[in-house]
Amino acid sequence: MTTTTKPATPVAATPSRRPGAGALALRQGRLEITQFLRSRESVVFTMGFPIIMILIFASIFDGTIGGGVKFTQYFITGMIATGLMTVSFQNLGIWIPIERDRGVLKRYRGTPMPKWVWFGGKVIMVVAIGIAETALLLAVAVALFDLDLPGTAAKWFTFGWVSVLGVTACTLCGIAISSLARTARSGSAVVTPVALVLQFISGVFFVFTDLPTWMQQVAALFPLKWMCQGLRSVFLPESFGAQEPGGSFELGRVALVLGLWCVIGLVLCLTTFRWTTKRDG
Amino acid sequence: MDVRVRSARSGADRHTPGTTPTSAGRTLDVMDDELAISVRGLRKAYGGNVAVAGVDLDVRRGEVFALLGPNGAGKTTTVEILEGYRRRDAGEVSVLGADPAHPDQGWRSRVGIVLQGTGEFDELTVAEVVRHFSGFYPAADDPDKVIERVGLAGKAKARTHTLSGGQKRRLDVALGIIGRPELLFLDEPTTGFDPEARREFWELIRDLAAAGTTIVLTTHYLDEAEALADRVGVIAGGRLVEVAAPNRLGNRQEALATVSWRTPEGTPERAQTATPTALVADLAARYGGEVPGLTVTRPTLEDVYLEMIGQAR
Repeated sequence: MTTTTKPATPVAATPSRRPGAGALALRQGRLEITQFLRSRESVVFTMGFPIIMILIFASIFDGTIGGGVKFTQYFITGMIATGLMTVSFQNLGIWIPIERDRGVLKRYRGTPMPKWVWFGGKVIMVVAIGIAETALLLAVAVALFDLDLPGTAAKWFTFGWVSVLGVTACTLCGIAISSLARTARSGSAVVTPVALVLQFISGVFFVFTDLPTWMQQVAALFPLKWMCQGLRSVFLPESFGAQEPGGSFELGRVALVLGLWCVIGLVLCLTTFRWTTKRDG
Repeated sequence: MDVRVRSARSGADRHTPGTTPTSAGRTLDVMDDELAISVRGLRKAYGGNVAVAGVDLDVRRGEVFALLGPNGAGKTTTVEILEGYRRRDAGEVSVLGADPAHPDQGWRSRVGIVLQGTGEFDELTVAEVVRHFSGFYPAADDPDKVIERVGLAGKAKARTHTLSGGQKRRLDVALGIIGRPELLFLDEPTTGFDPEARREFWELIRDLAAAGTTIVLTTHYLDEAEALADRVGVIAGGRLVEVAAPNRLGNRQEALATVSWRTPEGTPERAQTATPTALVADLAARYGGEVPGLTVTRPTLEDVYLEMIGQAR
């Protein structure tokens, strides 16, 4: 039926054409983005949710929050932070269990792809979608509700690092929490309540300082509150810092807490991440 | 019943490898020369449930080896340990000269895997998926050629969620062979295929084998093992109960033949004999020509298989 001769070793016969590790991660990122954009529900819910929310809220509350600052100016910070959390934490926390359950992750594990390339692809996807979504949100708010964009380079810089740290923390936590879901369907059941509660207690839908003190203190344990606070320093006048619970925007503490959550998320990822489902060994 | 598998060489009508029998952990280099897979005393339990209870197995390079057994026999556990997916509890395992418990990228690029059930990439097209996976391998085959080879050329631009079950399985195979593996694992590759698709699939496997790829497949279809495999290992209850060429399984060729016929009065008669030809000649002489209702049978592969796995018919 078959010959018993040894096979020619194809590896030796052909020079390596495999892209370098960086190029592999970029290809992986492009694939993830393609998959994301082609799946209509992720585009609608992940990209569309913050935009729909700002349309609703800015239309309901068209007044000011004092000092001639429009409510939209305050509310946009919560929406940007929510958007970043949706695209990273919720998106990954819901989709990774589905991919794990379907065996997509197991299939990747059977290839010579370095493990980190897969994570790299997810990060590239999150960053690209996050930037696109934030830009869209800002464009809608500027066009419809006269949002004032940050006026100085320093504020844009703060906008940048708060977003990067926040997205990194949320991405790592999203990957980590994905391991809690036992089946494809339970991903959103695990992630959605967590995200929703955080949104309510972190000052996304309300002015943070109007919340009960104990609620503010609980929120201060999690990244979303600090992302919102960092972004308020970008979109609100300096004088508003005095109204924050700490008496200022506390950018140093914002960086510290978000950085800490990056470390916690990374440790959880490294210790708990599963490529296969429990029943799969 | 502690059936140890006889030496992998016995029963197989192939040339004997020039190596001495190897014991665990010894002369990996020599083994690497002739053997794609060497397993000694493999054990795996899930909790108190023993899935693999001491398997010894050798697969030579270029061989098509079928692991045949009922559901729950330990086929998938065994194969997934060899593929580097599962840790073993005990035993020595060498796959392409390396321990699969610690797979590195170089080893992964020499091994192709078609799992029993793997996820599709619903939102991507066949061509996109195959091209993407080709990027993982240092000596990848041409994606278009591979798509053509598995019979999906007409579906290259189709999203994978529009494929039928059999077509998805072909995509699985395409992803298994895109890296031009030296060793290909196929876990129940044709489950759910219609007969024509199975025949086409068998042709593909024969092509790959003819090109020198070592193939290990699990199946619970006897005809598939018989059609494709150089040797068949029958696994039941976590043990390999026999390893042999399909036509020699259970000493089928040496088994007694059953001759049955009818007497002129219509009474059925049957006799088991090692010399059926002589008996038939004798009967022919006795009945003066045609023997009514004459049949001569030996145990079918199914008979010996069912006996081996302990399921009386």
